[in-house]
Amino acid sequence: MANLTRRTWLQTTLAAVAGGTAIAQQTGQDREREALAHANHSMGTVGRVGTTVFDPSVYLRAWNFSNLPGPERDKFYRETPRPDGTLLRDYEFYSVDREIEIAPGVFFPAWTYNGQVPGPTIRATEGDRVRVTFVNQSAHPHSIHFHGWHPPAMDGALPDQQVLPGERFVYEFDAEPFGLHLYHCHTVPLKRHLHKGLYGAFMIDPRESRPPADEMVMVMNAFDTNFDVENEVYAVNTVANAYMHDPIRVQVGRLVRIYLINLTEFDLINSFHLHGMFFDVFRTGTRGAKAEHTDTVMLCQGERAILETTFRYPGDFMFHAHQSEFAELGWMGLFRAEAASRDT
Amino acid sequence: MTRNGTVLPPGRVQRWLTGLAPLALLAALIGGLVWWGPGNALRGDGYPPVERLTFQRVELTTDGIVVHVLNDGPDAVQIAQVQVDDAYWMFTADNRTALSHLARTTLSIPYPWVHGEAHVVRLVTSTGATFDHEIAVAVPTPQANVKSLGLFTLMGVYVGVVPVAIGLLWFPLVSQMSRRGLDFVLALTIGLLLFLLLDAVGEGLSVAGTMPGSFQGATLFAFGALAAYLALEGLGQWLRARRERAKAAPSTEWVLALLIAVGIGLHNFGEGLAIGAAFALGEAALGTLLVIGFTLHNTTEGLAIVAPLARERVRLADLVKLGLIGGVPTIAGAWLGGLVYSPVWSVLFLAIGAGAIAQVILQIGTQTARDLPLMRFLATGHVMAGLFAGFAVMYATGMLVG
Repeated sequence: MANLTRRTWLQTTLAAVAGGTAIAQQTGQDREREALAHANHSMGTVGRVGTTVFDPSVYLRAWNFSNLPGPERDKFYRETPRPDGTLLRDYEFYSVDREIEIAPGVFFPAWTYNGQVPGPTIRATEGDRVRVTFVNQSAHPHSIHFHGWHPPAMDGALPDQQVLPGERFVYEFDAEPFGLHLYHCHTVPLKRHLHKGLYGAFMIDPRESRPPADEMVMVMNAFDTNFDVENEVYAVNTVANAYMHDPIRVQVGRLVRIYLINLTEFDLINSFHLHGMFFDVFRTGTRGAKAEHTDTVMLCQGERAILETTFRYPGDFMFHAHQSEFAELGWMGLFRAEAASRDT
Repeated sequence: MTRNGTVLPPGRVQRWLTGLAPLALLAALIGGLVWWGPGNALRGDGYPPVERLTFQRVELTTDGIVVHVLNDGPDAVQIAQVQVDDAYWMFTADNRTALSHLARTTLSIPYPWVHGEAHVVRLVTSTGATFDHEIAVAVPTPQANVKSLGLFTLMGVYVGVVPVAIGLLWFPLVSQMSRRGLDFVLALTIGLLLFLLLDAVGEGLSVAGTMPGSFQGATLFAFGALAAYLALEGLGQWLRARRERAKAAPSTEWVLALLIAVGIGLHNFGEGLAIGAAFALGEAALGTLLVIGFTLHNTTEGLAIVAPLARERVRLADLVKLGLIGGVPTIAGAWLGGLVYSPVWSVLFLAIGAGAIAQVILQIGTQTARDLPLMRFLATGHVMAGLFAGFAVMYATGMLVG
């Protein structure tokens, strides 16, 4: 009600007078202190997201469908050794439209790979052959566009490479180079196909494997629920505040490796900040050299990095986007570090 | 039918039947619509629900923000999360978060709001739709206690009673005026009232526009105004009829003054309601000094009341009575608006004020015009001058007010 009329003026003036008196009324700083302390614990979403369809804590440490029981897993993932010692890795992907719960009680009409957002994580070793059979079971044309070396026919981006509803396509290429990559739908309009949920992690391990570590995948993503080209929910691995309620358990003294990918749409950048610690950053994971030693790393859309650190102290460590807005809109979680074992 | 004629006259049964048959058919039709739902067939599967939430009242307390929400849309709405200033915030609902059509709920959000700053409360529904409410300037919402009631009373006295009383003090001057001078003053009064009428219509319709669609604000306003007009017309006739029966009863002039006081009182009730509403909505701004401007503006209402009494012998007690009728409703309005605000009340009472004033304008007009047709009277030089002067005074003092 920006238009000032005689009456609105009256309202505002008198409200100001009354407001002033009301504040004067408010004595007792204890009351205020109590209220403030209370409010401090009240940030965040209310309730819990159902984890039967998608559990962020399971997604965190699952690749090549390792979350599925044996026979079920075989339907989606098969390994065939090749003469040169590498593997042929076969994946069954399908796209399907599905409502997903992104914050407690908030359902987003997502477009998904295999019914989940982010899509299943693909993990191969450099030199392996990756073969992804993609069936489009959704109502819209889609594709899978992999980052990494591949011939143009496997790019999934050109107009004649769209997979129409009901059709299938087989993407096949060598896993190169080692590092942390991603895949996503490359059908136009791109913004929509991405923010609707068609993306996932594509990890390629070096031939000489990295040091053993507690490894986890974190995809920074966000959702525009009211179609105003701004995100209402931010998260790492889709569900707002998921790791606040269900902290990521790690061991003190054990190397932790985080595969971090930014797939946030609409916002130019996203970031990862870890409390009380520092970590090594391997940008895109394609070189052995550490790019930096920091506690905050910034990633552009589609950019990714491998982070390595070792927890020094037991206890809870917060991690979140250092864009406070994203953090307060759901992109915030906890690591819970536990001493390695009781007798040491 | 004819055989039952002895028990019940056939004409009556027929009348009942002709009255009830369409109703029965209508009930069947509605039943059919609900049962088979051709509307749903039109809408098809997978259409998102039409969600609409209206903020009815927002309170700021030491514990945070309390919002009263109404589902104003046709479909059920599930409130899933609450954001304040782009941050998800915990909240508790007094009874539920799943709201059917026209259901209400109250959400308490322990948000540390900052005095004097702006905040935005955003409700996120299960489908991800969002509904925002902006708190333009955050100040604590007065609670219903002796202190706030006293404060509302003081506001009402300040804005309603005192200016009207001051205006009444022009009575001695008015009583010494010539015929033409008096016509001028009465025309001035019409001008003043005309301004108030237009202002009330504008304001009423603008509040009606902010109301939930289901409440049909504009229609409510029009009907409220018409009802008030007719009620005041009836009151005037009743007063005059009583006067004819008893010789000692008041004169036409007195009746007119009384009607003007009642009309202005009703108008001021709506004004008081708006004052209280400002608290209820948590709206506030700066500029206390401008109260002076408003006092000036309302002083003219007192003049309007005494103008018809110029040729009467009036006791002080009667003047006080008229002043109270015109001014005191502001206090009652402020109480109602501050403690149980809803835009419906605002629209309704602005409408009643508008209708009452319209009636009073016509009363003064016809009574002052005497034998002349109203328009010809108004078109007379000095009367027209008075009319414009009245409007100009209101317009100018209105400018002081914003």
